Amino acid sequence: MRHVITALVENKVGVLARIVGLFTSRGFNIDSLTVGETENPELSRLTVVVKGDDATIEQVRKQLGKVIDVIKVIDLTDTPYVERDLLLVKVNVPPGKRGEILEVVDIFRGKIIDVGQKDVIIELSGTEDKLEAMIKLLHTYGIKEMARTGQIAMARGSK
Amino acid sequence: MAKTGAQILVDMLIKKGVEYVFGIPGGAVLPLFDTLYDSPIKFILTRHEQGAGHAADGYARATGKVGVCLVTSGPGATNLTTALATAFMDSIPVVAITGQVKRKFIGSDAFQEADVTGITRPITKHNYLIKDIRDLPGAVNEAFHIASTGRCGPVVIDLPVDITTETWDGAIPEEVNLPGYKPRYQGNPRQIRLAAEAINHSKRPVVYTGGGIIHSGCHKELLEMAERGNFPVTTTLMGLGGFPEDHELSLGMLGMHGTLYANHAVTECDLLIAIGARFDDRITGKLDEFAPRAKIIHIDIDPASISKNIKVDVPVVGDAKNTLAELLPMIQPAERKEWLEKIREWKEKYPLSYDNSGVLPKPQYIIEQIWEVTKGDAIITTEVGQHQMWTAQYYTFTRPRTLISSGGLGTMGFGFPAAIGAQLGCPDKTVIDIAGDGSFQMNIQELATAVHHKLPVKVAIMNNGYLGMVRQWQELFYKKRYSQTHLEDNPDFVKVAEAYGAKGFRVERKEEVRPTLEKAMAIKGPVVIDFRIGEEENVFPMIPAGKTVKDAIREGTFGGMA
Repeated sequence: MRHVITALVENKVGVLARIVGLFTSRGFNIDSLTVGETENPELSRLTVVVKGDDATIEQVRKQLGKVIDVIKVIDLTDTPYVERDLLLVKVNVPPGKRGEILEVVDIFRGKIIDVGQKDVIIELSGTEDKLEAMIKLLHTYGIKEMARTGQIAMARGSK
Repeated sequence: MAKTGAQILVDMLIKKGVEYVFGIPGGAVLPLFDTLYDSPIKFILTRHEQGAGHAADGYARATGKVGVCLVTSGPGATNLTTALATAFMDSIPVVAITGQVKRKFIGSDAFQEADVTGITRPITKHNYLIKDIRDLPGAVNEAFHIASTGRCGPVVIDLPVDITTETWDGAIPEEVNLPGYKPRYQGNPRQIRLAAEAINHSKRPVVYTGGGIIHSGCHKELLEMAERGNFPVTTTLMGLGGFPEDHELSLGMLGMHGTLYANHAVTECDLLIAIGARFDDRITGKLDEFAPRAKIIHIDIDPASISKNIKVDVPVVGDAKNTLAELLPMIQPAERKEWLEKIREWKEKYPLSYDNSGVLPKPQYIIEQIWEVTKGDAIITTEVGQHQMWTAQYYTFTRPRTLISSGGLGTMGFGFPAAIGAQLGCPDKTVIDIAGDGSFQMNIQELATAVHHKLPVKVAIMNNGYLGMVRQWQELFYKKRYSQTHLEDNPDFVKVAEAYGAKGFRVERKEEVRPTLEKAMAIKGPVVIDFRIGEEENVFPMIPAGKTVKDAIREGTFGGMA
């Protein structure tokens, strides 16, 4: 099952390497991993999307918790939460297809952020599913380049 | 007054009560060694950094205190890594200080530069690269705190040489502030209650204990608990000494080379009470058939050890000593006559035994004789291999911290330097390294260290001229194709000992075993005894990897045996 796990970590040199190293040495498969500063500059928030059975996920949580620089680990999967992934994609624009592409972008509420002679760059944020759905449609025109941030997530409501 | 980084570090080590530092100097630690020159800390110069690391580890295992080692950058630090991994796997408190190149050279492939924090990350509990002298005191405090609390382990401080010469006059903090590190010492009362209920309901319980008993110092509580509820107790290699093996409730060691009665008891039990043990594959064998009829209680200070390999029914995260103290009054005394009778039957049917005929001394016999000569009151260290398993089987351990062995990593070459550390930590104890001819040669250079410090460490080599445990597997599972296990050109160990300035004896007949041991014990300095044993001696019983007690190979049940 897919789990979204976030961790508050000390904003120190080497923390990311520690966590990436942990995932590799313990053989955990991660779909995405992001780190960024939080409201407190001394802390970073890490978001990991990981697939595995319950026992594996339990180990992921526990092993993350053992890292000295990790302050708190939360598995968001069973609580209400929101998640977003940001996508930049450069799409080929075949003659006469510009309108169609614009329509696709509109439906997904994406944005065209650069227009070239033969291509456009589209920005889209949303859940993994939404991004995948648009990417699938854009394949028809030919994707030249793609970059994604990976998931960031947050629990809903006050805590 | 402003102090150099070297002075700050050395002063802090003194304040923390560090008696001994093990290591070897080098370019990047010259200022530190210059400061140590005038300090009361006794420096033990080993002949290889791996030896320094194992000696610090052996010191820690024998005393329960933090072992400290200090080596130079690059190769000094990389040589230390095996020792760090060894301490990490067995949860031993060690603080290792490694020199590093000047800050401005870090990342430039400078002379004797290695990315030590990168290399040691997966084999330490934590590590530091000091980039600012103001961070040094905090890191030293944290390193000692992290190494010696919770599930203990090694911590590395990588210290660039220019920080050791820089001066600073800031205040040295006393406290540590680690918001992400709060080991849980008290078990959850509800979980402890659930554990007590399960225990009181069980008809056929077995207590399975590991190194956690030794680390938390709860051997007394364990004994009290076992006697109150009449629980048979089996221990892992790391747990030996945590429960007296001469007690009628003792099942000895379990697992691959454990006693058959321990393994049968675990297979038949209806409740397995695991304390400070981690369900290693050498213990469980085939996972699906390990304790198949049992509900499992697991008491451990490391939450990640619980339900890692085996799904646990009643987890209790907490220190073993605290948890047992809480649990004890809830346990109802019970006779468990039927179960103990069954165990007695297994003990009678499957005793540990060996054939003591023949001229050459049997390794099992030698180990029994070592026990007799030392009245069971020695600190025994081992290397890794057959001799290690014979020691675990035939030396009746009754006290904690009397067996020092590399259990998790299985590091050959560990026992001798560990014996040096143990002897320094416990000067009044007899310390004996039970070794193999292969293992001993992996850190044989430390004879110089033992001789220099006049340490009365004894080395008993079970010399079969082979990498014996690997040879045994080749005999049993690879049709006796002894690929690269025959050590045909072993040196004359007696002469080697003498060349280093130690004493050496050779024993080739059974009747020479006892007198030679007695002679060796009377000598105040290091002694190496080369016991010549049969080339094809095997360790039995043996449950092949991934199998169960039903598949156990016993003495005489294997056709190809010598």
